[in-house]
Amino acid sequence: MPAMNLQDLQSIREANRHRVEFTRNTCLMLCGGTGCRSTGSLEIKEALQKEITTRGIQDSVDVVETGCNGFCARGPILVVQPHDIFYHNLTLQDIPELVQEQLVNNTPLQRLQYKDPVSKQILPRQQDIPFFAHQLPWVLRNRGIIDPESIDQYIARDGYFAAARALLEMTPGDILQQMHKSGLRGRGGAGFPVHLKWKYASEEKSPVKYVVCNADEGDPGAFMDRSILEANPHSVLEGMLIAARTVNAGHGFIYCRTEYPLALERVQTAIDRAREYGLLGSDILGSGFQFDLEIYQGAGAFVCGEETALMRSIEGGRGMPRPRPPFPAQKGLWDRPTVLNNVETLANVPLIILEGGDWYAGVGTEHSKGTKVFALSGDVRNIGLVEVPMGTSLCSIIYDIGGGIPGKRKFKAVQLGGPSGGCVPAEYLDLPVDYEAISRAGAIMGSGGMIVMDQRTCMVDMARFFMDFVQEESCGKCTPCREGTMRILEILDRIRAGDGVIQDLWELEDLSATIRDSSLCGLGQTAPNPVLSTLKYFPKEYEDHIRNKKCPAKKCTALVKFRVNADKCTSCGLCHKNCPSGAVHWKKKQPAEIDPQKCIKCMLCLDNCMFDAID
Amino acid sequence: MQQNIFHTDNSDYFRPAHRDITPGMWQGIDRVIQECLDVPGAVTQVLRRCQDLVGYLPVELLDYIAHSLNIPASEVFGVASFYSLFSMKPRGRNIIRVCTGTACHVRGADLIMRRLKQTYHLEDGSTTPDRRFTLESVRCMGACGLAPAMNINQTAHGHITPDQALKLLQEYY
Ligand SMILES: Cc1cc2nc3c(=O)[nH]c(=O)nc-3n(C[C@H](O)[C@H](O)[C@H](O)COP(=O)(O)O)c2cc1C
Ligand code: SF4
Ligand code: SF4
Ligand code: FES
Ligand code: FES
Repeated sequence: MPAMNLQDLQSIREANRHRVEFTRNTCLMLCGGTGCRSTGSLEIKEALQKEITTRGIQDSVDVVETGCNGFCARGPILVVQPHDIFYHNLTLQDIPELVQEQLVNNTPLQRLQYKDPVSKQILPRQQDIPFFAHQLPWVLRNRGIIDPESIDQYIARDGYFAAARALLEMTPGDILQQMHKSGLRGRGGAGFPVHLKWKYASEEKSPVKYVVCNADEGDPGAFMDRSILEANPHSVLEGMLIAARTVNAGHGFIYCRTEYPLALERVQTAIDRAREYGLLGSDILGSGFQFDLEIYQGAGAFVCGEETALMRSIEGGRGMPRPRPPFPAQKGLWDRPTVLNNVETLANVPLIILEGGDWYAGVGTEHSKGTKVFALSGDVRNIGLVEVPMGTSLCSIIYDIGGGIPGKRKFKAVQLGGPSGGCVPAEYLDLPVDYEAISRAGAIMGSGGMIVMDQRTCMVDMARFFMDFVQEESCGKCTPCREGTMRILEILDRIRAGDGVIQDLWELEDLSATIRDSSLCGLGQTAPNPVLSTLKYFPKEYEDHIRNKKCPAKKCTALVKFRVNADKCTSCGLCHKNCPSGAVHWKKKQPAEIDPQKCIKCMLCLDNCMFDAID
Repeated sequence: MQQNIFHTDNSDYFRPAHRDITPGMWQGIDRVIQECLDVPGAVTQVLRRCQDLVGYLPVELLDYIAHSLNIPASEVFGVASFYSLFSMKPRGRNIIRVCTGTACHVRGADLIMRRLKQTYHLEDGSTTPDRRFTLESVRCMGACGLAPAMNINQTAHGHITPDQALKLLQEYY
């Protein structure tokens, strides 16, 4: 295809509008994200196509594979458009009946529809389901609506029109001004104002500059960036293109973790299509501006998410951080001025250019504008990806959208910010999503991991989990980070084994302060946070482990006795059924008994007992 | 090692003999190296593609890569040991990756890990003597919605219990 101009872009938008507004055919929008694929959505797609062809309705029905809808725990998910009818937990066996009822008889198949857990009412439309109704999808605006591999459909949703405006109508100064007004701050963790970063890079006089997208997403429990790349890859490319235009960069990299094969595939497809359309390459949209980009695959090192380490990694070395300044905006990749932003940050950019900075800043709190995407997981009913306006309370995310804690268990804490963040206890549930407010509570906004924990989670174990992580991932350059985290891990292990002494708690605080104050990069500086926040909010739990040799959550194996409490046991037999080593003796109407000789301490009995009867 | 070195007719390089690297693999390796000779910062990429070809990165191969790319061996070893993607030990025919990320941890990933270790006498990162399985822990594969999650080769499995994990593995030899 010859290079496009604005008119071409407009005619593609008009020609494809019906496919995203669903004005012609009935569209079966089947989720093809990583989650739904692992529950079988690819087979379901084939089955749908087969059933549709058998019934001879293939000309009026399209099957479209979309990116992640966010409700992965209920996958595979199918939304029938234009009527917004939502189906979940599909299986292959359901498909013939579903096609017959929904498409031929025009009556929804109730047994696959969403039933409200409280009112037991069926909620047929996606937009009525609380999980979706309380969200504000800006970054995720195309989810479930476009096929991520189709550039035409992205264009039909006004895609690349922001880039066109940035290239053809706006000066770099105009763009910076809009970014400033929008108040957009980095979504990768630190929350640095985007317009400042771009401004510094644009002021550098260098013939070669770079734009880098940080898609390393190392926080173990976060999948926002993965979903954006899978569902809406062009929005990230467009954001990079606008950044490049602002600072006058000619080349870009997307640094993506190798653990995300589908995201890598979709981004590559997006780059290929954009090149074919002349939206990457030379003389983009006839503006004379040239920009191209490529993917760089990470090789599995958390510290490479740190910006200076990431750039070192692209240069081909061991990805170790270096001191700043100089900042990447001045001396980044191969010592050239470099703009480095997170995936979600960049995906916000087209929206700001299209709708204006003032519009964008209309949502949010005083210092945190726009929306934030969170990966909600752990002990919560509706696990998934949620996007909410800044300022929304944690309570509203966990209860209104997340549906609360499953079963009769109680909320204990929510972890924000992964290994650099902290746990927020129940008292702080009305905390708004806001960079400063969350920091004050001892956690960080982070990249968006939000892990809900119920009473079965042990806080000492949680602190140990993160310490184990950073200890493993420390690049080893700074002694406090390398050795100090090891020491903390040893202490936590001792406490979990029942060998802790009360002085250990002071030592934890001392060590934490040292690591925080004398490490080079954010990994070390924030590594003690999970320990400090659990010490701050759950001191009693540490003391229980140390003084009473008890783990209230029954998670620390060495402190569990593996004895059945006859008063609580209902003789349900589940422990007996699940014990892999035959250590549980059980007869009907009698409390179970565990044979310590045979018990291998696998914890399965505890995990299965619903009556908390095993001590 | 000197006596292991032999010369092949279609290459200028000395290829050390190695039982896990077939002649076909050597050709692939040389092709990768040729393509990357002038690319700045290509070491990681060369290692990745060579590991894809051979299954792991034997020490002899790292030496060979360093020599061919004309960079110090210490640099190649440094990169190979820094990133968790690279393995210098032989790996199994089937790679089991149990997610031990936060979401999976909260949902009982340790129970699965423990059960697999006990059943197949494995440690994290080790391989069964018959090379049937390699067990690895990974930190989040982005499928937190399906926690606890596990990957066998390239297939993701969600909401698994220790029993189901063992059952799934029976199909892989
Ligand atoms: C140890 C460490 C890991 C990080 N991992 C990530 C990551 O996975 N993704 C990310 O976008 N930023 C990560 N960051 C933050 C980056 O260094 C950088 O601040 C960010 O990518 C800048 O983009 P933003 O301004 O758009 O947020 C990490 C920082 C540290 C210290
Ligand atoms: S703080 Fe830790 S991870 Fe960061 S540079 Fe120092 S040793 Fe490396
Ligand atoms: S699972 Fe719990 S309640 Fe059921 S038999 Fe075992 S100890 Fe008793
Ligand atoms: S992958 Fe289908 S909803 Fe997330
Ligand atoms: S924590 Fe296991 S997939 Fe994310």
